[in-house]
Formats: sequence, structure tokens, C-alpha cells
Amino acid sequence: MDRLSLLIVIPVLTIVVIGFMHDYKKVRLTAAIGAGIQLLQTIWLMFSYLGERRSGNTEEMLFGKDVVWYDHGILNIHYAVGVDGLSTALLLLTGIIVFAGVFASWEITNKTKEFFITLFLLATGVFGFFISIDLFTLFVFYEVAVIPMYLLIGIWGTGPKEYSAMKLTLMLMGASALLLVGILGIYFNSAPDGGELTFNFIQISNVVMDHGAQRFFFPLTFIGFGVLGALYPFHTWSPDGHASAPTAVSMLHAGVLMKLGGYGALRIAVMLMPEAASEMAWIFIILAVIGSVYGAYSAVAQKDLKYINAYSSVSHLALILFAALMFTQTAHTGAVLQMISHGLITALFFALIGMIYSRTHTRNIHEMGGLLKVMPVLGVSYLIAGFASLGLPGFSAFIAEMTIFVGAFENHDLFTRVSTVLVVSSIVITAVYILRAAGIMLMGTINNKEFELLPDARWYDKVAVFLLIAVIAGIGIFPNWLVEIIYTDLGPMFERMSSQIF
Amino acid sequence: MVTELFQYTIWIPVLVFLSFLIVGLSGDKLSNQAAGLISTSTISIGMVLSYYTAYEYFFVHGLVNGIYETFIPVNFEWLRFSETLSINMGMYIDGISVMMLVVVTTISTMVHIYSFGYMKGEVGFNRFYSFLSLFSFSMLGLVIATNIFQMYVFWELVGVSSFLLIGYYYFKPSAVAASKKAFIVTRFADFFFLVGILTLSYYTGTFDFIELTDPSGAAIGSFAGASFLGIGALTWALTLIFIGGAGKSAMFPLHIWLPDAMEGPTPVSALIHAATMVVAGVYLVARLFVMFVLGSPEALEIVMWVGAFSALFAALIAITQTDIKRVLAFSTMSQIGYMMLALGVSGYGGEEGLGFTASMFHLFTHAMFKALLFLGAGAIIHAVHSNEMTDMGNLRKYMPITHITFLVAALAISGIPVFSGFFSKDEILAAAYASNKMVFFIGWAVAGITAFYMFRLYYTIFWGEEREYTHTPHEAGKSMTYPLLFLAFMAAVSGFIPFNELVTADGLDFHAHFHWNIAIPSVAIAAIGIWVATIMYKNPSKTADEVSAKIPILYRWSHHKFYMDEVWMFLTHKIIFKLIAWPTAWFDKKVVDGSFDGIAWVTNKVSDKIKGLQSGQLQQYAATMVMGLLGFVLVLLYWMTK
Amino acid sequence: MIEGIGVNDFLVVSTIMFFVGVYGFLVRKNLITMLMSVELILNAANINFVVFNKYLFPDMLQGYMFSLFVIGIAAAEAAVAIAIILNVYRNLKDIDVEHVSSMKY
Repeated sequence: MDRLSLLIVIPVLTIVVIGFMHDYKKVRLTAAIGAGIQLLQTIWLMFSYLGERRSGNTEEMLFGKDVVWYDHGILNIHYAVGVDGLSTALLLLTGIIVFAGVFASWEITNKTKEFFITLFLLATGVFGFFISIDLFTLFVFYEVAVIPMYLLIGIWGTGPKEYSAMKLTLMLMGASALLLVGILGIYFNSAPDGGELTFNFIQISNVVMDHGAQRFFFPLTFIGFGVLGALYPFHTWSPDGHASAPTAVSMLHAGVLMKLGGYGALRIAVMLMPEAASEMAWIFIILAVIGSVYGAYSAVAQKDLKYINAYSSVSHLALILFAALMFTQTAHTGAVLQMISHGLITALFFALIGMIYSRTHTRNIHEMGGLLKVMPVLGVSYLIAGFASLGLPGFSAFIAEMTIFVGAFENHDLFTRVSTVLVVSSIVITAVYILRAAGIMLMGTINNKEFELLPDARWYDKVAVFLLIAVIAGIGIFPNWLVEIIYTDLGPMFERMSSQIF
Repeated sequence: MVTELFQYTIWIPVLVFLSFLIVGLSGDKLSNQAAGLISTSTISIGMVLSYYTAYEYFFVHGLVNGIYETFIPVNFEWLRFSETLSINMGMYIDGISVMMLVVVTTISTMVHIYSFGYMKGEVGFNRFYSFLSLFSFSMLGLVIATNIFQMYVFWELVGVSSFLLIGYYYFKPSAVAASKKAFIVTRFADFFFLVGILTLSYYTGTFDFIELTDPSGAAIGSFAGASFLGIGALTWALTLIFIGGAGKSAMFPLHIWLPDAMEGPTPVSALIHAATMVVAGVYLVARLFVMFVLGSPEALEIVMWVGAFSALFAALIAITQTDIKRVLAFSTMSQIGYMMLALGVSGYGGEEGLGFTASMFHLFTHAMFKALLFLGAGAIIHAVHSNEMTDMGNLRKYMPITHITFLVAALAISGIPVFSGFFSKDEILAAAYASNKMVFFIGWAVAGITAFYMFRLYYTIFWGEEREYTHTPHEAGKSMTYPLLFLAFMAAVSGFIPFNELVTADGLDFHAHFHWNIAIPSVAIAAIGIWVATIMYKNPSKTADEVSAKIPILYRWSHHKFYMDEVWMFLTHKIIFKLIAWPTAWFDKKVVDGSFDGIAWVTNKVSDKIKGLQSGQLQQYAATMVMGLLGFVLVLLYWMTK
Repeated sequence: MIEGIGVNDFLVVSTIMFFVGVYGFLVRKNLITMLMSVELILNAANINFVVFNKYLFPDMLQGYMFSLFVIGIAAAEAAVAIAIILNVYRNLKDIDVEHVSSMKY
């Protein structure tokens, strides 16, 4: 067994073990252990990746493995895995968020076993997605990650959960239909000079796809991934979905699942079809700019904490798609950084919102007030999350946003620069909605006497929250190692890409 | 110039940061005494170190071949953007940064000591000290920034510490609103700052101050020919950066946050909103002064007019305010306008660079006397439990030390000879006179108004009729009076520091002569201002009310701060909330979301119609089948026989 | 060859039988009668098989065999159908075809 496949095997094993248990306490303990092993694995992977690179291994994909899965007739499907800096970083992110997510759902007592099984199924899909090199395998894992959302929201959610679950699943399924066409299109054009067709995107990136095919399949693939990455106007599933989902699911969903969209859009849509991408970039740049400003303004007008955060995600994720279309190595680095940073911060936000909600039983900010006094740990953590989210130096979002802005500004034409300025303006509005929510909810006088007795964070809450804060601040204070990994590994990809478009 | 010298200076911010971590993370586990002591001792060590740095820089190592050199003792890469561009973190030692180190650590230490008495018994004493440390750290980092992005990083941190300290009483709605307002307004300005940085780095390919402000003009040259909307790219970049500076420095029209920021505890107002953070904008312009003066005189002209207008505008408002902290806040804004004005009228090098030197000089002296005024005001508020001037009177009896120190500060800010403000103000006016007469007259008038409102404040607090106090006011404790005495000493004598030999735009010293033609009229107008204030306010009289009754419109406009708050309220609440945010949210809910729900609805309805065909009637199915079959057969027959 | 009876006569009979069956299937409401109509249709087809085999390929047996098959299947079908009808009757106390529609949509 190679070590990357182990990343899929461990969650599956955890599912099997949980399947044999009955007591919910044992179940969640097992889940915590499984997630812990997984986290250790991703950390170990990061270290061995760094070791390999330091020892001069410049191979594009490390720890690779390639097994023929289905090779009959016209299809040539492999189970091909491998990681580079981008995917290692995102795997680490996934490991952290799954681990924190398990602790954030410590209080789930309704069908605990089924909950954790579904949660780990989702995690399996995400881990599989990030290690896949073969487009088909990648698509399979993508589907594995999306389907459990339906159950998780539909069963353990709150509010209009059936509606949200249905909407989310239908829109994502619609997107994956587009995506499937796009991937098959890429496959059938993967050998323009004859030879064997392949799903392996590393191999595909070495050939120049037919221009007409690119123009046809790029929008399909980009929108297919873009829907998951909250591309305006296909973002509407996300506020409802997040608002209804249970805490851990919101964390995982906004934290990592939506990053599948950004990762795919960058790595597959843009990198494999650069000609069409640069040609059609303007359309999607406009959509991304609208998304980032519009999401921020929508967040200003919300009352529900989860909606505020969901719209803030729309705004911040638009930055990823925006950066992916900027065609500079710095901006692409920024896109990956933003995936990581936003993943951590939004997971922290959702974790905190879940904890606050489980105490106050309301998410309407106007019904709260002065919570900082009642629950200082959670309140201060919420403020920290808020500051991180609005791009305060010392936290990861600052690093990501500045990299994107500087990278985007390297472009020479007026259009991209004006759109960059517009995107930058969204950080002001971010400050408005973050401080508005924090001001109403945490500060001021306590307007509900019952809230005065609410308990502060418990130990498992603290595990989740402090872990995430530590990582966010860690990246924010010492950013260079991470930036280095991503920047250098984007190098070869970027060279190939730019040789095709410039 | 990378150097082995000044390695110890880096300990100033590092120590303060450590103190923030210790006090901040330990929470309530640390006793109040210990928390205060840790913070105060680290900043005091910082103060000693920065004095030593100043000594070494100005008198031992700094002067190389007659020019004050720039040293970069520490510089490491923090965040790499591309092969050529990265944010470095480092330490930049030159005249103005050393001067700022001295100012920041001095005022901060005084405020730390003062807060021992002032904040005693407050809930969250430790929190207060950890935020003070955080602020001091950020401000020090800003001051020693080696590149503009490092400055931006600390600029933001300063903003957030200001937010935290203004909102220190977070259970008070007005404090929460004020802190939010301060953060968002400065953030709005920072957006322009950031765009300015991006523009600057796009053309020059660097963030480093050394390269940007190279007097040979290499960086400026890289802008050659670039323009946007008919205005040169460099002017754009510098104007955008200046807007950032104007936001922090509370220049018109971004000043609206400063008066509200007085909701914070008074020591905070003294430290952040009088002496250090609010002059960051001035410092920023001074840092990039070479670019302004050599590359874009247009941008410098904007700086000058904004400064002059803000100085006059704020002074006019200060006349009618009744909250003593607000009077001081507008006075701060007015004095910062003075500094901006001085930079705006300055040239580069020699006698022409007088404005630059004067601006830095005034920054220094202003920090001393304005911090003193605020700390004095704090002592008064502490004694009277009110911010309103109407609740005070005849306090000189009860608070002799506060009275004397306050008087010293008032004389200093009014520009009465021998006191520090006289010298710096005189230089500013001289520089303005040499460059632009109109600006000179504005500055001259502001000097008179300043003297008037300061003595209005002084007389109503310390003279006038005795009020009914709920308990007799008494002099503050030693931890509060010692800082007052120290600052009073500084405010009195710091005018004798020969700034023209130490801090100049090009590093060369120049000989400053005394301008009698400026000094006499400026002292005269200050004296008139004081004289008028004496008549109106020294003894209880109706004169003031009579005067204001004669000019009701002017009085009302000034009292309502020229309705700027209302304008901003309209812009934010009416435009941003009602016209943008709500409609956007509505649009998202109804139109975007609605269209997807609509698709689902249409699918649902269509299937509802179609499902009627599946009626469950077996014979209906069979009949359809038979008809279909017959039709098919007929078509087939027709087709075959044709 | 059957004297005096042409192939057309057989076909006319089987056609009449077929359409009588179709008519009965479409019109009668009783499930048992409908089942009987189906038998008519099947037997009309059987007649055609036998007749065409006799007239076109007299030395072959496929048509006969096929009609035997049909008879066998019809028997099996009848058994199943009767079983279903019995169950319908048990549940609904009725074997009117129009009432058997509770599992639509």
C-alpha cells in the first residue's frame, strides 16, 4: 500500500470500525482517533514532501502511483495518485479541518454513528480528490464528497433543511454534469497527435489541446468547478446550505469542499486549457468581481450569523476564481493561499457560530448582545476570526489577499487593473460587516437576562478553536515557507501554461 | 546601508511584543500589579534604548561625511511575492525614525505609568495593558519600517489596536459605535493606501524606502510617461497613499472618527489619538517626501491644501465644543493639519527644506504638549467625573499641579515664546511664508484661534465660577502627576532642540535663522487670542453668550461640526445600507435565488402536468398503445406503398 | 390443404377474433373478461401461425411449435393474472379495472 492511498484507507477503516459500534461516546472517540491519525498523516506527508524537495527531488508529482483501473475499448481509466506542493498544503488543511470538525460536533447525540460515518465518507472524497492525478478518479472522488452533503444537511441540519439540502445537491449535481462533459471533452482531446488517450492531467498539460475543443470545453469545466467554488450567479446554494447545515458540516463544506471548486478551476480548467482561458477570462473576471463585491454587500444586510458568514465566503471565494484568471504566478500562488486561508478562517467561524448557537439557540444577531462578557473565550475567538477574515496582518488572510492583489496588479492591461481595484475595495466592506456583527452580538449590553448564565467554551470546543487559531496565526506570522512551496511548485505548470498563451 | 550598528534597537519592539504576549495570553491569571509592571517596565526599557539609539545616531555614528546616513541593521524576507518582489521586515534607522522612536516610547511610557492611577480598579485592567503593549509594538514597527509594505502591515495593526482601545468599554454602545467608526473610516482610507502601494510597486518594482526615495530619482524615473485620466501615474500613486495617511491622521474629510474616538479611556486618547498614531500620516508623507517633492509637486500641493484646510476647519469647530476631550481632539486635528501644511510648503534641501524640518519639529513638540493636555484632562475628568466643561470651574484651587502643567501646555500650543510650540510653529509659518502667502495667512489665523480656544478651555476649567461638586475634587495620585510634570518639562524646553541640524529632508544640516518678521505677528495674534479668551471666560460673565447670540448661524454650524457627521451618516446609512446593501441582499434573495427556485418550480409544475398521463387506467394505456400501433402501421403502409 | 376453405377465410376469422379481443380488452371493465379478451387475441395469433405454416411451408413445423408455445405461455399468464386478480379482489373487494389505480404516479 502506498502512502497516499493510505489517506483514503484510514477514513474508510474508521467508517468500518464506527459501523460496529453502538455507544455514541465510543463512536465519537473513534472518530476523533481516526481524524487524529489522518491529521498526523497529513503532517507527516508535509514533512516528507519538504524533505524530498530539500534533497533535490524536482519531480512534479511525488509519491506517485499509477494502477490501471479500467482499460477496455475506448476508455483508459487509471487510479493515479501523486502530490505536489499545492495538494500537500490542501491535504494538510483538510486534515486540520476534519480534526477540528470532529471536536466541533462533539455534542451530536442524534444518530451519532450515522453522522460520523457520513462525515467520514465526505472526508474520504475530499482526500481522494486532492491526491488524484487521473481526471476520472478525481471526478469519482468529487461525487463521493458531494453526495453525503445531502444526508448531512437533510438529517442533522436546522431550519428549512430539506429545501437547502435539495437545492445544494441539485445545483452541485447539475454542475457535475457539466463537469463530466468537460472532463470527457478533455479526455478525447488529450492526444492531438494520435497516440493513447489519457485522463492523467499531468500528461495532458504537456500537450496543446485543439483550440476549438478548448473553447468549447473550458467554459463547461470552469463553470462546473465554479459552481462549487461559489461563482456568481451560481452561488445561491451556498448561503442556504451553510445556514441549514450542522456545524461540522458547514466547517468541512466551506472549509474544504468549496476549495475543490477553486482547485479544479485553477488546476484543470485554467491550466489544461490556457488558450481558451485567457480568451474568455474577461467574462469570468467580471463575474468574480461582481461576486466579491456583491457577496460583501449582501453580507452587510444579513441578520443571521451563518448567512453573514456564507455571503462572506461567496465574497472571499470569488477572490480565488479571480486570482486563477489573472495568469501570473504570484496571483496563482495567492489563489492557493486564499484557499487554505479561507478554509481555516471560515471553518473557525462556523465552529464558533455553532458553539454560540448551541448556547443561545438563536443566530439572529439582534437577539444577542454583550456576549463577550458572558463567554469571553468564544467572544474573543470570534473577534480574532473576524479580524483574520478582514485581512489583518498576522493572520493568514492578509498573506493570501496581498499575494493575490500584488499578483493581479502585475498584469499590464487596464481592464484587469481596474477589476483588481474593485476587488480590493471589497476588503473595506468586509470590515463593515464583520464589525457590525461583532459589535451587535458581542459588545454592548446584555439584552437577554437568560444569556447571563450561559457557559463558556468547553474543552472540546477549545481544541477545535485553538487549533484553528494557531494555524491561522502561524501562517500569518511565518508565511514564507508555505508561499515558497506553492510558488515553486506552480513554476513548471506556469511555464507550460504561459508558453501556450503568451 | 546594512550595518552591525544599532542591533540592540530591535529589542525595543521585540520586548514590547513579548510583554503583549505575556500579559495578553495569561488573562486573569496575572495580578493587575504584575501585568502593569511587566508592560511598564518593558516600555521603559524601550524608552531607555531609544534614547541611547538617538544619542548614538545623532552624535556618534549618524553623521558620515556631514550627511546623516540611513542604517538598516535588520532586514529579512517575510513574504515573497515573486522573484523580484517581497515584503521584508526590518529596521530603518534615520533621523525621523529615531525621532519617532523617542516620541513613541516616551509618550507610551508616560501613559503606562499614568494608567496605573487612572485605570485603577477598572474591569479588564490587564486587557488594557496588553492592548497598550500591542499598540506600542505596532506603532514601533510602523516607525522603523524599511519598506512601504511593512509600514502597511503595522499600519493595519495600529488601526486594530486603536479599535480595541477605543472600544475598551465594550459594554457601552457609544464606545462600540465609535470604535467601529474609527476602524471602518481608516480602513476605507487604507484601501486607497493599498492601491497606491500597488501602483507604486507596479512601476518601480520595489517596496523599499531606500530605493523609492533615492534622491537621484531612479524610482521616480520609472514612472516617466505613465498616466491615467490625464494625471501622471506617480501623482496618482502618491495621492492615493496620502489618502491613506489622511485617514489615519484625521484630515478633512476623513476626520470624523477622531472626535468619537474620545470614547476610549483618556490615556488612550493621549497616546494614540493625540501623540502617536494620528501623526502616522504625517510620518508617511515625510517618509516618501523625496518622491513627493522631486516627483510630484502636484501631490504635495494636495497635501498642503488638505493640511491648511483641516487646520482651519478643526480650529473653528474647537471654539464651540463643550466636551473637553473633543476640544482637544479638534485641536489635534488642527495641529496635524499644520504639520501636513508644513510638509506641503517644503522644498528639498537646505533652507528650502525648512518646512520638512518644521513639520517634524512640530510633530515632536506637539506630541509632548498634546499628550500633556490629554493626561491633564484625564486627571480633571478623574476628579470631576464628567467630560463637560460646564461641570467644571475654579479647579485651580483643588488641583495645583494639574493646573500648572495644563497652563504650560496651553502656552506651548498657543505659541508663546520660550515654550516649545513657539519655535516649531514659527518655523512652519516661516516656511509657509516663503512658499505660499495664502497658506501663511491661514496658518497665522489658525494660530490666533488656537490660542483663543485653548485659553477658553483653560479659563473655564480652572477659573470661572465654582460648581457644586458631588464630592470635592482633589489632586490625582503620584503615578498620574509625575508623568504630567515630566511632560510639562518637555513641553517647556523641547523647543530648544536644534532640529534643523538633526532632522532634515536631505540629511544635510542647514542654518536656520530666526524670523522676526514671522515671530512678531504670530505672537501678537496668539496674544490677542488669549486676551479675548481672558475677557470672555476668566471671570464669570455673559460676554461669551452675547457674542454667540449675535452670530447664531456661525455658532450653530461650528457647534455641530459643520454637519460633517450628518453628511457621513447620510452616506453610510442611507447610501451604503439602504441603497446598496439591502437592495443587493434583496436581489440575491429574490432575483438570483428566485431564478434558481424558479427553474425548480417550472420543472415541478411541468412534471405535475405530465404525470396526469400516468392515470392508472389500464385500458387507457392499452387504447393508447393500440392507437399508436395502428398509427405506426398506417404510416408504415403509406411509406411502403409510395 | 383443406378443401373449400381458402387461406382468406382463416385470416378473416383470426382478424375478427383479434379485434373482438382488442375491443373486449379496451371496453370491458371486469378484469376476468379482459383476461379472456387477451386469450382471444393470443388465439387469433395462433390461428395465423398455424395457417401460414400450413400454406406457406407445409414441410416445416416452426409455426405449430410456436403456437404450442403461445398456448403454454398463455396458460402460465392466465395463472399469474388470475392470482393477481384474486389479490386485487381481496384488497379492493372489486375487480373493476377502473378502480385499480391506487398505485399511479
